[in-house]
Amino acid sequence: MTSLTTTGPATSILDSPGVRFALRRGTRFVVSLWVLLTASFGMIHLIPGDPVRAALGISASQALVHERRQALGLDDPLIVQYWHYLSGVLTGNFGTSLTSQLPVSRVIATRLPATLELAVGAFVLAILVAIPLGTTMGVLTRGGRARRAELAFTTTSVVLGAIPDFVVGVVLVWLIGVHLHWLPVAGRSGPGSFVLPVVALAIGPAAILSRILRVEMIAVLQADYVRTARAKRLPARAVYVRHALPNALTSTITLGGLLLSGLVAGTVLVENVFAWPGLGSTIVSSILAKDYPVVQGIVLVYGIGVLGVNLIVDVALALLDPRSTIRES
Amino acid sequence: MVAPVTPARRPSSATRWLAVLRTPVGACAGLALFAVLVLAVIAPMRWSVRANRTDVAAMLQGPSALHWAGTDNLGRDIFDRVLVATRLSVELALLATVIAVVTGLLLGTAGVILGRRAARFVSAVVNIVVAFPGLLLALFFAVIFGVGARGAVLAIGFAGAPAFARLAQTLVAGIEQRDFVAAARIAGVGRVRILLRHVLPNIAESLIVNAAIGAGGALLAFASLSFLGLGVQPPSYDWGRLLGDGLTGIYEQPIAALAPGIAVILAGLAFNLFGESLAKGIGLTATLGRVPLGRVRRRPVSAEPGEPAADAAVLDVADLVVTLPGHGAPIRPVRGVGFRIGRGEAVGLVGESGSGKSLTALAVTRLIEEPARVDAARLRFLGADLLTGTAGTHRRLLGTSLAMVFQDPTTSLNPTRRIGGQLAEVARQHGGLSRSAALALAIDRLRAVRVPAAARRAHQYPHEFSGGMRQRAMIGMGLMGRPTLIVADEPTTALDVTVQRQVLELLESVRRDDAVALLLISHDVAVVRQVCDRVLVMYAGRIVEDLPTAELATAARHPYTRALVAAVPDMHTDLDHPLATIPGRAPDPTRFPAGCAFAPRCPLATDRCRTAEPPLETDRQGRRVACWHADVPVGPSVTTAAGGGHE
Repeated sequence: MTSLTTTGPATSILDSPGVRFALRRGTRFVVSLWVLLTASFGMIHLIPGDPVRAALGISASQALVHERRQALGLDDPLIVQYWHYLSGVLTGNFGTSLTSQLPVSRVIATRLPATLELAVGAFVLAILVAIPLGTTMGVLTRGGRARRAELAFTTTSVVLGAIPDFVVGVVLVWLIGVHLHWLPVAGRSGPGSFVLPVVALAIGPAAILSRILRVEMIAVLQADYVRTARAKRLPARAVYVRHALPNALTSTITLGGLLLSGLVAGTVLVENVFAWPGLGSTIVSSILAKDYPVVQGIVLVYGIGVLGVNLIVDVALALLDPRSTIRES
Repeated sequence: MVAPVTPARRPSSATRWLAVLRTPVGACAGLALFAVLVLAVIAPMRWSVRANRTDVAAMLQGPSALHWAGTDNLGRDIFDRVLVATRLSVELALLATVIAVVTGLLLGTAGVILGRRAARFVSAVVNIVVAFPGLLLALFFAVIFGVGARGAVLAIGFAGAPAFARLAQTLVAGIEQRDFVAAARIAGVGRVRILLRHVLPNIAESLIVNAAIGAGGALLAFASLSFLGLGVQPPSYDWGRLLGDGLTGIYEQPIAALAPGIAVILAGLAFNLFGESLAKGIGLTATLGRVPLGRVRRRPVSAEPGEPAADAAVLDVADLVVTLPGHGAPIRPVRGVGFRIGRGEAVGLVGESGSGKSLTALAVTRLIEEPARVDAARLRFLGADLLTGTAGTHRRLLGTSLAMVFQDPTTSLNPTRRIGGQLAEVARQHGGLSRSAALALAIDRLRAVRVPAAARRAHQYPHEFSGGMRQRAMIGMGLMGRPTLIVADEPTTALDVTVQRQVLELLESVRRDDAVALLLISHDVAVVRQVCDRVLVMYAGRIVEDLPTAELATAARHPYTRALVAAVPDMHTDLDHPLATIPGRAPDPTRFPAGCAFAPRCPLATDRCRTAEPPLETDRQGRRVACWHADVPVGPSVTTAAGGGHE
């Protein structure tokens, strides 16, 4: 983060835009985290009726319900429960599953890696496709040239971007798995099983990102500093990659961040399509089984994932375009 | 989920909404949406009996005349089931959208009703919540409201609310700035009334457009929840439910999963595209793109190509024409410009905006981009014929011997790269220097253009420089090679007056030290007079006069030049009288008048001026002028006419 260190005769460390950015962004992260914790705590109390009774069913004895409520601490005053919840989460204690009696932290620990693999894989794939594709299309179609290519690209990317990932998944299952028998369509076994879920997750974001990047490239290519770069008589590729692309990426990353946190949520659906043993299939079965502590824990993990992605996006922006640290959020 | 589309508000919305339906995409999307809605209404009435009739004899059949998409594992017709499911899918999605819009609107307009502090709190919460993906919020609310169609509607509705709240906040903030709201407030109109009478009507259009897009999102979200088994429960079914059920049997009957999938995609696209094309149609902005390295073509010349290439000249241009594609006929903002710049000579190019002077500068330096076209009878730089060869041919020559300084240093330097790197790049590219050697040279050049603390400043970004400092860095960039010509396009226009002088002095000292030629483009006669040896006056894409700067005040022959000079106040200007101006406006490049383009504004104009264009004639001293009345003595008529604009 050398680019963010103070320049000029700094009197206080707080004068540095980099430090102030870090403070501001850090505060927002902590506040968001607190809202998230409070929401996941509140979830179980917002459910109409008795969540334990709902989980155990009408046939369960009153004594069992009472015992479970006691174990969950549901009969304590709300503020005490809140305190227990917060301190529990901060020490890694997310409670116990109502159905399997396993600690929620263990459930998460066994399921999280599978979900992370999918999310990271899809993220990398989307970026690897979107950046070269968007840049190239931007260069080729700038100033209204190659109108047919532009139309084909825009139409394809709009349609691909609008198809929900689980429908893409179902189509892939049918086409590649059932029809062509090329790749396994369910479960997590071997490298081949990765391909379809990752592709299903990545297609939408890749299409939307490359479309955004194309538009941004076209705008940036009209900028004065691109003319300056051309006046330096740099080779065309240097003008596009070194001078235009970083500027086009700043806006793309902002919008792309939203897509990528959407990708975190997208794993829920795609995991259910491909019977992928991750958090997404677990949260759905837990919701159906009314296993609230597990649901709470996984919601928290997803939420933190989203907050983390947003934080990374902002830091990446700060590194890429130092001006963004000055702007007030 | 919801695009923050905030179309600019303009009158007669009905016509604009109809106009959207006339665009190809808008018409297709509108038609598809209409079909989906009609199907949603009539499908259950017509096909629900067939869709629910189980037929054990016809289980898992392939497509046939009787069952277009085959039958499912209970022998029910898949096509009918997909059609019937339209009702529930669309109905629930619309219901969820209504909840999202209403809740969002309540949250977003809370500020108008409850005051500033409440608004700030609501918007802080909304800002945090809106960062979470809709599906995650929907899952959260699905837990609270319970599994099932009702719970899913509420979940998706509330999950969509933050996005609409944010949209409403943005829109309201825009409207609240407007005068009529302030006026209503001062007049003592109540908050609720302001909201209902003044704010809502003005944001309704944007909200409706975004609701259409949002409905597409809700449709997909609902399909997602039902697919996961959290939405519609059997025996009811929507597309998501059919898709989920179909997936379990995808090996036996793939079409049972694919058909509802296609339905979801089509319906989602119909809503989305309709919303997007509405948004586009309502906030339509035409973009006129600028352009990349264009083709430079030699004009077919009849005469004078045999003229010896004056190698003493740094830049030698003859009959330069720039053509832009226009609506209908092509536009020629530069038409037949020719001049020559000798070694070490400083030439000014003056004219009003739109006279073609900047385009001329870009054309001679080969920076004009397609679709603009450059034609010339001769375009030579240091003896090299710029009309031949590709972009790469003259790269090194132009990169090292020609320096460019642009008007606005704020936008001309790359905001994402350090100053030092931007300078060093030139030496690395054209001089083959290493990274560190190039940076050392860059620091040296920054020092040469008198940037204080150059070594430290080289590591800074353009936004950390002041305007004058940036322009110095731009000039320093030009000095990375060994320029024989500096082309400066309005180099001081964006700077304030004191900095302006410093930058001009810097340009002059650079020029003197190494006998560098200068082409200075400016609208400001005073600047040109201060720096240049010779001045070219441009009007309507042509050079109308070419004379030594020293003679500008005394011996200018073209009435336009004289008017330009008269319009510059000096120490002797009588400030009790209004400053002289040139009456009328510079002609639009799309329609230059016949004859002399200046005639409509010229006090000396006669019928001849209005019909025949005067040629650019060279006199014995090498001065050039294009005017039928160039020899009419300098009379008070010009200045009178110029001042007359005020009477």
